[in-house]
Amino acid sequence: MSGIARAFSTDLRSRPRSSDSQRGLRYWRDLDWVLLIAAFGLVTFGSVLVWSASRADMASPEDPQSFLKRHLIGVAIAVPLGYLASRIDYRWLRAYTPIIYGVSVLALLLTFVPGIGKTIAGARAWIELPLGQTLQPSEFTKIALILMMAVLLSEKRDIESEPRDRDVIMSLVVAGIPLGIIFLQNDTGTALVIPAIVIAVVAVSGARTRWVIGMIAGGILLILAAVQLGLLREYQVARLTSFINPGADAASAGYNANQARIAIGGGGWSGYGLFQGPQTQGNFVPVNESDFVFTVAGEEFGFIGSAILILLLGVVLWRGVMIGLRADDMYGRLVATGVVTWFAIQMFENIGMTIGIMPITGIPLPFVSSGGTAMMASWIGIGLLENVRLHSRGLPT
Amino acid sequence: MLSERSDLRLIIVGIIVFSLLVTLLGRLYYLQVVTGDTYRVAAANNTVREIVTPAARGLILDQAGRPLIANRTSLVVTVDRAALQRQPNGGVDVIAGLSEALDIPVETIEDRLRNCGTEGAKPPPVCWNGSVYQPVPIAKDVRTRTALTLMEKRREFPGVNAQLEAVRVYPRPFESNAAHILGYLGPVTEEQLDAQADPTAWDRLRRTDVVGRTGLESYYDEVLRGQPGVTTLAVDTAGRVTGTLDERAPTPGNYIVTSIDSRLQAVVERQLVRAVQRAQAQGYPGDSGAAVVVDVRNGHVLAMASYPTYDPEIWVGGVTKEQFDDLMQSQSLASNAFQGLYAPGSTYKVISAAAAGKEGFSLAGSYDCPRRLRLGTQVFRNFESAGFGSISLARALEVSCNTVFYGIADRMWERAGGDRASQNAADPIAETAAMFGLGARTGIDLPGEAAGRISSRDFKRANWESKRETWCRNAVEGYPKTRKKDPKLADYFTALDKENCADGFRWREGDAINASIGQGDTGVTPLQMAMVYAAIANGGTVYQPQVAKAIVSPSGEVIQDFAPVVKSKVDVPRSTMRFLQNALPGVTTDGSGRQPFAGFPLNKIGVASKTGSAQVTGDKPPISWFASYAPAKNPKYAIVMMVTQGGTGSRTSGPSVRKIYEALFGVSGQQVRPERSVLVGGSPRTQLPQVRSDGTPVFPRGRYSGVSQ
Repeated sequence: MSGIARAFSTDLRSRPRSSDSQRGLRYWRDLDWVLLIAAFGLVTFGSVLVWSASRADMASPEDPQSFLKRHLIGVAIAVPLGYLASRIDYRWLRAYTPIIYGVSVLALLLTFVPGIGKTIAGARAWIELPLGQTLQPSEFTKIALILMMAVLLSEKRDIESEPRDRDVIMSLVVAGIPLGIIFLQNDTGTALVIPAIVIAVVAVSGARTRWVIGMIAGGILLILAAVQLGLLREYQVARLTSFINPGADAASAGYNANQARIAIGGGGWSGYGLFQGPQTQGNFVPVNESDFVFTVAGEEFGFIGSAILILLLGVVLWRGVMIGLRADDMYGRLVATGVVTWFAIQMFENIGMTIGIMPITGIPLPFVSSGGTAMMASWIGIGLLENVRLHSRGLPT
Repeated sequence: MLSERSDLRLIIVGIIVFSLLVTLLGRLYYLQVVTGDTYRVAAANNTVREIVTPAARGLILDQAGRPLIANRTSLVVTVDRAALQRQPNGGVDVIAGLSEALDIPVETIEDRLRNCGTEGAKPPPVCWNGSVYQPVPIAKDVRTRTALTLMEKRREFPGVNAQLEAVRVYPRPFESNAAHILGYLGPVTEEQLDAQADPTAWDRLRRTDVVGRTGLESYYDEVLRGQPGVTTLAVDTAGRVTGTLDERAPTPGNYIVTSIDSRLQAVVERQLVRAVQRAQAQGYPGDSGAAVVVDVRNGHVLAMASYPTYDPEIWVGGVTKEQFDDLMQSQSLASNAFQGLYAPGSTYKVISAAAAGKEGFSLAGSYDCPRRLRLGTQVFRNFESAGFGSISLARALEVSCNTVFYGIADRMWERAGGDRASQNAADPIAETAAMFGLGARTGIDLPGEAAGRISSRDFKRANWESKRETWCRNAVEGYPKTRKKDPKLADYFTALDKENCADGFRWREGDAINASIGQGDTGVTPLQMAMVYAAIANGGTVYQPQVAKAIVSPSGEVIQDFAPVVKSKVDVPRSTMRFLQNALPGVTTDGSGRQPFAGFPLNKIGVASKTGSAQVTGDKPPISWFASYAPAKNPKYAIVMMVTQGGTGSRTSGPSVRKIYEALFGVSGQQVRPERSVLVGGSPRTQLPQVRSDGTPVFPRGRYSGVSQ
């Protein structure tokens, strides 16, 4: 009885006693609806921004809405993927994590295969699919890495003990492999996100403080060394530093930063209104349907619109942190920590680069930027958060 | 439960995430709310480019539809300085090449390429007054071959372009000039740009625009200008056009139909030159002159000439410095007809006579006309000291007897209180002059008109108030400089200024007497004088003279028909007006105007006239005036001509006025043949000329066309 009772209280998903229909009902009732509503709000807002940004493009004059349609198709694929991620059995997921990880690293390597890999904006981070679609495997790498580290740092130990140094080193190795590949792809944006995820996940795993401090110091040293030793290519340095002084070279590196700031700054309090932003409609801001999508919000909806967008992201992050805090097991907590860190760093880097406080890198704004792979990955992230929540004993409020 | 350390660290992660959100919001607030305006400006500059197509400027037509100003296309070579500066040596080779190809000195091109107001820039119109980014025109009327050569060697001439531009052309029908009526165009000035009500309007004046500077071109600038075609494009940063925000076709300017008859204008201009030549033949300088012909029935200006004049063509495309200096030197830019002020002399006696009638002086009675009139120490003489004994007032006008009018003015002065008269005391002659429109602008539709002044009690007071300080200071100082050379002259000046300082405001007997014969401080324009005689002719209506009769659209639609404007009615008894109308023809038949009209069929066409030989300061020869209207019965035209330093009215100006009447009425010998009049149909057109749908005006063919076809 006690064993059964314990099973009852510790693992909601392992309660096989109720009928299928009851389980279905409970799933829907126990979902974090605030998180879902915020995520759907972001997708809706994002679709409007993508629409506004792309309708003025001359790229597809026969159908100005074609970009929006592709974006919505991406959403239509991404949301069911998120649903699946929320329903996957924990144990199954843990068991298959090494395989997922391995596949994602292989997919990363595919970008170097001629005829399959594709370079966009200087980063060889895409693989070409039939029918002209492209896929960015590094988006899935982040998820695979989070899951892999969560497995490594939560296994084989008491619930209250700290991870062994071996586990930390293992997880660093596991992170280092895709990070190295991504660096070779010149995908600077993703290469910035992964170290942050690693540090946060290792920290929350309860690893000794010296690991945390060491990793932070190592990260800083690595960046300094990369700049000093010329490991970063010249254009990378130019891109990264142009945010400090965007006027220095308005024609090249600082151009994007300048145009983005003109767009956002010009928005003022309430913006020019939908489809009215001169910078957006005049195509002055490059890739403003994906990486620079925030400029559309800033210009056409002003400070009010931008703040709403950031607050929606804030709700997602807040719910994510709460799910992590209420998690019963270290595995779930680390997954939640990884996802929250991933979303937070991408948000900060993406918006920060458009307003001149972060270097320019190619990185999408979760739920908002167009780009099917990123959208799918984001929704899988939401699904994982919901999954962790549904696994927790006491449901968070 | 998970470890506390893990909890704490996750909370720290949460706090870091929160602080990232706050950072973004703070930065956004600064960027959008605090400094948003500057970015709005940057965005506006970024995206919009305007392509401006100037509108075709409206034509100016004479009363028969002959174009006085039209447009033609000129091949203009322009230089884009931005392209020059991209050359390794700043485009020195290109300028040298251009200098050779166009046969213009290198310095001239360089001067032209300098922005006005920058260091080393010559004054406008030599320097470039337009935008820094605008290609600068450096040569007009370039031969097609030369332009083609330049275009073929584009690589040698980067930034050089040849294009057709519309420029003003003066067809000069009958070789008329009319420069002072028509005016000319010049680059828009900074003041005009600043004075615009809406400096962002699409049809605003732009830096490269030319606007009317003088004459009709200036007065009716907005009518003639039209509205430019403006295409506003959204442009992306690569210079690619991403969309058309606004597109407006140019609206050509409207046409001005004038009451000028170019054939008559040509006659008047020729006759004015003849008069000047006549003065010079008599040994006078005859340095300037003017002639005005108005329709007494409506104030239309039929012809107006000023000597010396200039070629309006000189302004097309900008004058050279040399040409500009010449123009300034010759003093030909201002019109003597409505911008010059002259003592009217005896032509003013009609005013004095009208005042006499108004004041109850007998118009039929006899007046004494002695050789001279002595007033205290001063002696006032008749012209050439002729005396006529006791004569009628009409006769006094005919022979232009000064002393009769002196007597009348003296009695008026006494009646008003003499030296003890108050400032408000009556001044009938000056009041009558004002009624006839003197001392005030006629209101002609040409810019820069002179108002003139009437010698009067009021004027003397105002003059004293403005000069008193100088007079009083000189009276004390006693002309120390002059004293060194000529103590006697200095004494004289000092005494004069002492008197002026003390009571220079006082309207003295001598002032009143001088004023009665158009001497003293009175200054009138020949146009004002023509309006005075027109008013006498039509029985007392002072019209506002008008050059423009109507505004017509380029498709021939009448947009505005200018009705005659009555400026004032002369308030003198009808008997007085009739007296003048009866007396003045006698001047032509039996008086000072007889000589020039000898042999003229005065029995068929009576001419009312008055001569004037106005004295001016110093020993200069008098201004030769001839003021007139005709026919004496049922008058149509008033003609006034004057030549400065020209001698008597009858000998210098009179014969030319006669010739103008002959041309107007078709007089040859004793014959009057209206069909031979210079005016089509023998009289000023009442109908407006037609304009075809393609914008070309319909005007008479054959000998009436005025241009070689």
